Amino acid sequence: MVVVMFFVITVALFPFGVGPESNILARIAAGVVWVCAMLATLLSLDRMFLNDYEDGSLEQLALCPLPLEIIVLAKAGAHWLVTGLPLILAAPILAMLLNMPAGGYLTLFSVMILGTPTLSLIGAIGASLTLGARRAGVLVSILVLPLYIPILIFAVGAIDAAAMSLPTRPHILFLAAILAAALPLAPWASASAIRQALN
Amino acid sequence: MHRFANPNQFLRIANPLLPWISALSVLCMAAGLYLGLFQAPPDYQQGESVRIMYVHVPSAWMALFVYASMAIASATALIWRHPLGFLMAKASAPIGACFTVICLATGSLWGKPMWGTWWEWDARMTSVLILLFLYVGYMALIDAFDDPTRGQRAASILALVGAVNVPIIKFSVDWWNTLHQPASVVKLSGPAIHPSMLWPLLIMAVGFTAFYFALMIVRLRSEIAAAKIRNIRLGQVHS
Repeated sequence: MVVVMFFVITVALFPFGVGPESNILARIAAGVVWVCAMLATLLSLDRMFLNDYEDGSLEQLALCPLPLEIIVLAKAGAHWLVTGLPLILAAPILAMLLNMPAGGYLTLFSVMILGTPTLSLIGAIGASLTLGARRAGVLVSILVLPLYIPILIFAVGAIDAAAMSLPTRPHILFLAAILAAALPLAPWASASAIRQALN
Repeated sequence: MHRFANPNQFLRIANPLLPWISALSVLCMAAGLYLGLFQAPPDYQQGESVRIMYVHVPSAWMALFVYASMAIASATALIWRHPLGFLMAKASAPIGACFTVICLATGSLWGKPMWGTWWEWDARMTSVLILLFLYVGYMALIDAFDDPTRGQRAASILALVGAVNVPIIKFSVDWWNTLHQPASVVKLSGPAIHPSMLWPLLIMAVGFTAFYFALMIVRLRSEIAAAKIRNIRLGQVHS
């Protein structure tokens, strides 16, 4: 819930920052919601593996007969359930506060559903690479945010296209393709990072 | 190939090569700059500012080339556990980051008179900027651990993850029709620029590549020396 509160507060900063003119807010609503959702996801990444790494249960998980990739996938899924899903539910309300055009809501909802699992999956790579690093929190953001940029581009592109009643299908297909690629590859990279962190 | 993974074996070959590579780099860069700045004709549209291309394009190629070699070195180091691969990737990262910065800086100097803007958020510029962030992330991660081998392994995995970006940069100008002009040298139908401009460009590219290899060998030598010193120190602590 703290993550959702962070999301709400950062979005609420923007009307103060750029002024309350509703047409400016409507123009930037999609981008603001997405950037804040990414920062909120980033904030919760350190809890994905760090506690298990410190109390040794990650080693036990790595030793169990299940492949480590599947365990990472489950961890990323759990992370999405506790951060991604609340963000999806909060996003339309925040978009309404920012006066987003009415045509964009359905697209916002669908790109959040397609995009946030990818955020958790790519975040798992960053979280596992920085296990045991100094100042891991800052480091994760440097590693993960550049990899988030394509998702941001296509998600906001889809919402803007919907608001101008242009076809959104290409953007949504790109997001789906990124998710389909991240689903097998991210757990694989993350599991190999965990293995080298443990030995 | 596995024979050269031994650092001493590698140095036995690299040390005699270094003066030749350095000389090649200096000669090519001097010749390329002379031809590019004084001999090549000015462009009929762009005028004299086309000459920025002779630095901009080779540095853009090198930014990608260095990242690709870093990713290959990381992959070999992770798969066959060659420590030299980790050191090579580590030695290459700052060089590649510098080439990326040169590419972005010269591109924006050229963009001001030509496009009327220092920076435009088009596909190629954005993806090269992401490349710079990947270099920075690699260098930050490699230094973030108390145990250097741990940092090298983590950073190598990151280099492989970031390699996804390399084909995106190469083909961004073909996939998205934005402000940056499409490829004109490396394409199937042959180069689309006149030989009087192509030759200085290719000579500069050879010079930049030789410069990278020379600098990489020097940095790699110091990395190997640092690793040896660390091992001696560890040996003293344990004995």
